[in-house]
Amino acid sequence: MSKKQKKVLRRIVISAILLIGLHFINTDGRTGFVLYMIPYLIIGYDILKKAAYGVKNLQPFDENFLMAAATVGAVCLGEYSEGVAVMLFYQIGELFQSYAVGKSRRSISELMDIRPDCAYIENENGEIESVDPDDVAVGTIITVRPGDRIPIDGTVIEGSSSLNTSALTGESVPRNVAEGDAVISGCINLSGKLHIRTDKEFGESTVSRILELVENAGSRKSRSENFISRFAYYYTPAVCGLALLLMVLPPLFNIVQGNAPGFGTWVYRALTFLVISCPCALVISIPLTFFAGIGGAGKAGVLVKGSVFLEALSKVGTVVFDKTGTLTEGVFEVSDVLPEEGYDRERLLGIAAAAELYSTHPVSRSIERAFGKRADAAAVSDVREIGGKGVMARVNGREVYVGNAVLMKDAGIIFNSCSLPGTIVYIAEEGKYAGCIVVSDRIKKNSLAAISELSKTGIRTVMLTGDVKSAAEAVAFELGVNEVRYELLPEDKVSELERIIDAQPQGRKTAFAGDGINDAPVLSRADIGIAMGALGSDAAIEAADIVLMDDDPLKIPKAVRISKKCMAIVYENIWFAIGIKILCLILGAMGIADMWAAIFADVGVMVIAVLNAIRALSVSKL
Amino acid sequence: MKKTYKIEVDCANCANKMENAAKKTAGVKACTVNFMALKMNVEFEEGADAKAVMQEVLKSCKKVEEDCEIYL
Repeated sequence: MSKKQKKVLRRIVISAILLIGLHFINTDGRTGFVLYMIPYLIIGYDILKKAAYGVKNLQPFDENFLMAAATVGAVCLGEYSEGVAVMLFYQIGELFQSYAVGKSRRSISELMDIRPDCAYIENENGEIESVDPDDVAVGTIITVRPGDRIPIDGTVIEGSSSLNTSALTGESVPRNVAEGDAVISGCINLSGKLHIRTDKEFGESTVSRILELVENAGSRKSRSENFISRFAYYYTPAVCGLALLLMVLPPLFNIVQGNAPGFGTWVYRALTFLVISCPCALVISIPLTFFAGIGGAGKAGVLVKGSVFLEALSKVGTVVFDKTGTLTEGVFEVSDVLPEEGYDRERLLGIAAAAELYSTHPVSRSIERAFGKRADAAAVSDVREIGGKGVMARVNGREVYVGNAVLMKDAGIIFNSCSLPGTIVYIAEEGKYAGCIVVSDRIKKNSLAAISELSKTGIRTVMLTGDVKSAAEAVAFELGVNEVRYELLPEDKVSELERIIDAQPQGRKTAFAGDGINDAPVLSRADIGIAMGALGSDAAIEAADIVLMDDDPLKIPKAVRISKKCMAIVYENIWFAIGIKILCLILGAMGIADMWAAIFADVGVMVIAVLNAIRALSVSKL
Repeated sequence: MKKTYKIEVDCANCANKMENAAKKTAGVKACTVNFMALKMNVEFEEGADAKAVMQEVLKSCKKVEEDCEIYL
C-alpha cells in the first residue's frame, strides 16, 4: 500500500469507529449535528474540496460532486448517520479500487520491466565502467556479466552463455549462444560473461521498440472502451436530471391533488438516486479488463498493440497464413535426389553446387549443404544467371544447365517432369538431362495443432504462398487448411486478402499471420495483422497489430482464446454493472431501496467488477 | 518531437482531466494519458522547448487535479 492509501485507510478506520460509537449515544438536534460532523469531515473533506473545485472549473458532473451532493443533502434532511456512511463506503470503494489497480499495474509492469538501466564497457585497464545505454554508439563492444540484462541488440564476439528470453518470448527454456550469434536486448545473461558488439542504437533495439509499443498500447481504444466513456458522459448528467425531477415532480403532483407534498420523502429518494448514479464500476472496470487482458497476453508472449485489436481478435472468422516461415520453418532442405542413369547422388549434387556456387538463393545454399562442401571455384567458369529460371555455367569444361522446368524447355532439353512436392531443380549436362534435386521446406512442429485448434473453434484457415502448386498443396493437405492459393506475387497476396475480407460475413474479422519479411503491406491491410517471430524485424513490428514474440503458430489460437476470455469479462461487467444500477434506480425511486442499499450496491458492484476484471490477467490455463 | 513522462494520478477520470488540460497548453500538439500504465505521451509543436512547455503542462494539470504529479 502506498502512503496515500495508508492515510485513507486510517481515516476510514477512525471515522468508522466514531460512527459506530455515535450510534450508541443518544444524539439529538444541534449536538448530534456537531458530533456527526467530526467523522463526516474526517472521511469526506477531500471529496467536498474536489467537488467545489469541479463546480468552480465548470466541470461539475463527476463522482465527487455526486457524493458531496448526496451526503450534504442527507445531512440537511437530518439523516446524519447515512450521510457519514455513504461517504465512508464510497471511500472504502475508492481505496479498494486504487489498491486493485495498483496491484495489477505492478504485476503487469513487472512483466514489462525489461528496460536495462545501463550498459557496461570495459576500458583499457580491464575495468568495467557503466554508461547510459543511450550513449552507446553502434559497433561499441559492451560487456554483459551473468545476471545482467543485454541492453542493446548485437553480436557475440567473445564468450558463450545461455540466455533467459522469457521476458521477450514467454519461452522458459534458456537459449544457448556462442561467438558469432546475434542476440537481442532484453534477454538476461544466465551463465558466462559475454562481449557483444552492438549492431543498433539503444532506441532502435528490440527492448526499446517493445516498450514503446506497450506504452502506446493504451491510445488505441476499443469500441467497448469508447462506449463506456460515452456512456459515462451522458449517464451521470442524465441521472442527476432524473434525481432533480424526482425531487420536484411528485411533490408538485401531490400539491395539485390537494395532498401533503411530502418533500422529505422525495428529496431522500432523489439523494438515493445520486448515490446509485456513480458510474465508477463501469468507468474503472472496462479499461482495467483490457489492461489486464493485454498484460496477460504479454505474459504469454503475445504483444497486442491496443484494446481495439484484442476486441477484433475475439471476432475473427478467418485466419490467413503465409506459408514460408509461418507454417513452415523457412529453412530449405534437399529431400530427394533423383539421378538419371550414368549419374549418382554425389555427382549430381556436385554439378549443381558448382553451377550455383555464386548464388545466394536459399535453394542453392541447401544444395551446397547437402553436397557437404564448397565446390571448387577453379572448375567453374562462364556462370550466367537467368532470372527466375536458374543458371547456366561451365563445370570442368562441360556446359551445364541447373534450374526449373522452364529453363530446360528453353534450352530444348528433354527431361522427366518430377511431381514430388517441393522446389524441383533440374540438371542437364552437355545438352543431356542428368536428373533432378527436390528441395523442400519443413513444416513447423506446431503448425498442425494450430490449424486444427482454429478449425475446432469454427475459424476458417487459408494459406497464401508464392510457392509452386505441388509444394503448396502438399503442405495444405498435410495441415488441413480450408483453402490454399499458390504462385502469388507479393501484390497478389494483398488482392487475395481483400477478396477474403469481402467474402467475410458481417461482423467477422480477418487476421493475417506472416513472418514479417516482405509481408508488411498484407499485414497492414488485414483487420488484424499478426507478425510472427518478429523480434528484430522493424517493418513487421511497425505494420503488425499483434506481434508474436516467438514464431510458434500455436500462439495464434491461444491469442484468440485470450481475447475471447477478455471480451467475455468486458460484457459481463457491462451488463452486470448497468443492470444492477438500473435495478437500484427503480427500487430507489419506488422507495424500496434506501441510501444504505444504494451505497452497498454501488461499492459492491464496483468491487465485484474489479475482481472480475483482474481475472483477465490469468491466461496460463487457456 | 514526442516524449513520454511518468505520472502519478489516482483515478481514471482524473487522468482524462489531465489529458485535456495538457492538450490545451501552448506548445503541445497532441497528448495521450495512459492511466493504466501511468504514462503521459506528449507530442510537442515544431520548435517548442520541451522543458518549458512541460512546466506549463504541469501547472495546468495541477489546476484541474491538484494531487497529480508529472515526473519531468
